Amino acid sequence: MTNHWRDIKNADVIFIAGANPAEAHPVGFQWFMRAKLDPARGPGKGGGAKIIHVDPRFSRTSAVADQYLRIRTGTDVALFGGLMNYVIQNNKFHDEYVRNYTNATFIVNEKYGFSDGLFNGYDPKKRSYGATAWNYELGADGFAQRDMSMQHPRCVFQLMKAHYARYTPQMVETITGIPQEDFQKIAEVVGEMGRPDKVMTIVYAVGWTQHTTGVQIIRSGALLQLLLGNMGRPGGGMNAERGHANIQGNTDHAISWDILPGYLKVPMPGQKNIDDYLKASAAKKLDPNSWNFFGTNYKKFLVSLLKAWYGDKATKDNEFVFAYLPKPDGNSSWMTIWDQAIQGKMEGVFLSGMTATSIGPDTNQVLQGLSNLKWLVVMDAFPTTTSEFWHTAADMDPAKIQTEVFMLPTTHWIEKPGSFTNSGRWCQWKDQVLPPQGESMHDHWITAEIFQRVKALYQKEGGKFPDPVMNLTMDYKDPLKPDFDELAREINGKDLKTGKQMVTFAKLADDGSTTSGDWIYVGSYTPKGNMMKRRMGISDPAKNDPTGMGFYPQWSWSWPLNRRIIYNRASADLNGNPWDPKRPGIKWNGTKWVGDVPDYPPAMSPHDPKAWLPFIMNGEGTGRLFSNACVDGPLPEHYEPMESPVQNALHPSVQNDPVVYLYDKKAGRADRFGTTADFPIIATTYRLTEHEHYLTQQVPLLVALQPEPFVEMPPGLAQEKGIKNGDLVTVKSKRGQMIVRALVTNRVGQVSMGGTKVWQVGIPIHWGTVGIQAEKNPDRAKYWLANALTPFIGDANSRTPEFKSFLVSIDKA
Amino acid sequence: MAKVTRGDFFKFAGAGAGVLLTTSELGFDVAKATEIKKQLRIAGATEAHSVCPYCAVGCSMIAYTRQNADGSVKLLQIEGDPDSPINEGRLCPKGATSMQLAISSRRVESPLYRAAGATEWQKISWNDILDKIARHVKDSRDRTFVAVDKKGNLVNRTDGISFAGGAAFSSEEGYFATKVMRGLGLTHLEQQARV
Repeated sequence: MTNHWRDIKNADVIFIAGANPAEAHPVGFQWFMRAKLDPARGPGKGGGAKIIHVDPRFSRTSAVADQYLRIRTGTDVALFGGLMNYVIQNNKFHDEYVRNYTNATFIVNEKYGFSDGLFNGYDPKKRSYGATAWNYELGADGFAQRDMSMQHPRCVFQLMKAHYARYTPQMVETITGIPQEDFQKIAEVVGEMGRPDKVMTIVYAVGWTQHTTGVQIIRSGALLQLLLGNMGRPGGGMNAERGHANIQGNTDHAISWDILPGYLKVPMPGQKNIDDYLKASAAKKLDPNSWNFFGTNYKKFLVSLLKAWYGDKATKDNEFVFAYLPKPDGNSSWMTIWDQAIQGKMEGVFLSGMTATSIGPDTNQVLQGLSNLKWLVVMDAFPTTTSEFWHTAADMDPAKIQTEVFMLPTTHWIEKPGSFTNSGRWCQWKDQVLPPQGESMHDHWITAEIFQRVKALYQKEGGKFPDPVMNLTMDYKDPLKPDFDELAREINGKDLKTGKQMVTFAKLADDGSTTSGDWIYVGSYTPKGNMMKRRMGISDPAKNDPTGMGFYPQWSWSWPLNRRIIYNRASADLNGNPWDPKRPGIKWNGTKWVGDVPDYPPAMSPHDPKAWLPFIMNGEGTGRLFSNACVDGPLPEHYEPMESPVQNALHPSVQNDPVVYLYDKKAGRADRFGTTADFPIIATTYRLTEHEHYLTQQVPLLVALQPEPFVEMPPGLAQEKGIKNGDLVTVKSKRGQMIVRALVTNRVGQVSMGGTKVWQVGIPIHWGTVGIQAEKNPDRAKYWLANALTPFIGDANSRTPEFKSFLVSIDKA
Repeated sequence: MAKVTRGDFFKFAGAGAGVLLTTSELGFDVAKATEIKKQLRIAGATEAHSVCPYCAVGCSMIAYTRQNADGSVKLLQIEGDPDSPINEGRLCPKGATSMQLAISSRRVESPLYRAAGATEWQKISWNDILDKIARHVKDSRDRTFVAVDKKGNLVNRTDGISFAGGAAFSSEEGYFATKVMRGLGLTHLEQQARV
């Protein structure tokens, strides 16, 4: 989140799409209700914030929304394109913000073009766009040219205006199924949020990320927020509701193929040294007033990381052992792992608290992958559908599966201390409450043991390039049992000259004199101690929340630098006065910025002609409406899900995102996509309040609340098929099947795309071959895996699987 | 009943043993309430602070434990922490039932090994299982390590081993996993954020 949970109470309009917070984040949802019940909030004269909910399913969130729109899954770019068109055509955008804080005035290179579904630079053989296809027009000074009047035909504002002119209310209806009158109603409410004294927040979750166009869907929301001037402001922002207790912390510490801790890029083949790496990874300054903070300090963060990992072995003379960092052979993401395994190219996999069989996608292919591995290590507190795959999954003959499986019992959250970072970037420290149950061991003690044993084998036997293994720092009191506080201090980093913990990343150096395991966490563990343990909460609001904005700055610690709302310079105008004085983020008081921790030099005057632009992390210094950072286009465009019942209404000749990686085709496997001929119903997957992924199948009270898997289907469809509520039905896709109960309900329904009417159903993901109910029904449980249905394909940029839009058939079992 | 604000209550609570609270101040018989409190399930328990292991709201929890005579620790109760600016004491059904997650006979008690082609798990000691895994890691790393790729680039990566997971363990464990796995040359490093 750019903002945080409690901040949502500051919004006038809460736009929820691709999410169901009342059910998936129920306690966080209290902040949405507080806004709704607060007479100071809301459009017009107030009277309470308005909630708009856009979702294929009518859920508990919809029930308390002021406006609910049923949308065809995967078509949110069309809706937001329509909203942007409305805002631009009706002059509802926040003019001063757009001109000064976004790249609307930047002039784009004349090579740019868009025609009939494709941007300039597309190579159909490679299925990719050229790397430099979408750049700005640069002046002799190397900076981007700008037109402050926003009239230049190639300025971003004019390009956007033309691009989204195609997204008329009629087109929105044809693509999304949302009737024009309903669209118009929300457009008017949204349009009002471009006023400086009004603010809207957008809240989203995996209903936006889990599509082949996921990144562009999210971008379309961000673009709208930039046009309305809502980024960087209390009650505004782009707020992703993440799914797990510490998915944020683990993303920050980079358990992802393409990043190093703190969102540094991973080095790629061909980058011979740190300079090569920086050229490819760090942004270039594109405007004289752009601080380009990240790009400018990139080297300091990388070198400090290498010093944390390799200590004295990393010196100026050896490029700080940059060569030790492994460089991937192209994309190495989740689906690539299983794609490699299916092809017999993956020998061993470690899974820590993550079960591949249940997650899929295309579980049957993942199972094939698991069967091809030489070895599989599962680190978990309970048995999982993956640890047990070899004897519980359908059609598995254990005698034929050569995979050696190692089940390592791990401790639970309550049996160890350490921090969890929530969706709002608040890093909260938890105590160890209980000792480990049975023989369970902490995950990192297991990792430490394995590492030391591997190291000992290299010591004894030699082998392939052991240096990065032998030289990795293990400066802990006990290298087999690193302490949580030791690790937290390493993550924060220290000044090697003084031995003191670092206080700010602004003081990190590129000469090897500082360490930091993750630069964005500098300040979490200072010489004063562990800032994540702080507990100055709501028992004393006057003392603990002096601004009254809900920052509570001494409850835990948030990254970066305990800032609660990022990009908060954009919450004030060119003179440093908050756009809305009643909801200040930061304010210039004549000598410094006060309020939240400023995302800006604290003493930099807004009246200084050299003053930095607000979006300090990128090369432009401004919000990026037009951006060359995505592989499938500089502006979001509607493309159909890979399995779709209709043609792309904007450009039938380019049906889907033209850059999506076709795993099965590239590997020479048979096509696994279905069509409406066999699979006429649109399906989406979703979650229930009482279950969390697959773990809760082990919790008796939660299983009692939600005992059995089901498919939610509309009454009209049920009638067509002669299905009654509670009947067992077979749900099939081209890839697999489920046999579950039918839940017949109006919560799901039909969508009409220009006359083509299609049913949409919803499938909760939580059941599988392992758990309390599965044990009672082992034969039935083989057909409880929702991801047996989903397609093995993902987002063009992120490769996040398209779990949320695919085609199925449903018949009585 | 006298109207007492939350602030007042905290003042009373903080005032300590020297202050005698009367019925008129709080509107009920404090002495009687104290008697009842002595019999509460959590009376005399150790309070610890935790955070819910389920979603990313990050509800704060208070966990109550008591040490038994034999030294073992009993978990008595988990409830929401009223002081948190995030959840203000509330928990959803998952957090509210998390005691059943914490203490469970359904957990894996000790390490288990499944041999190639086997139909059953075998019990195995930590030492033996860690040795077997380390052997596999070294052998797979040696077999699939690429120092220089086909285009002549120095890449120093281990192609044949992947690590995935971590969304429910502490950040410190996650950071350590990244450090170790990158140290071993892994490039296939993923977690729930991707899916």
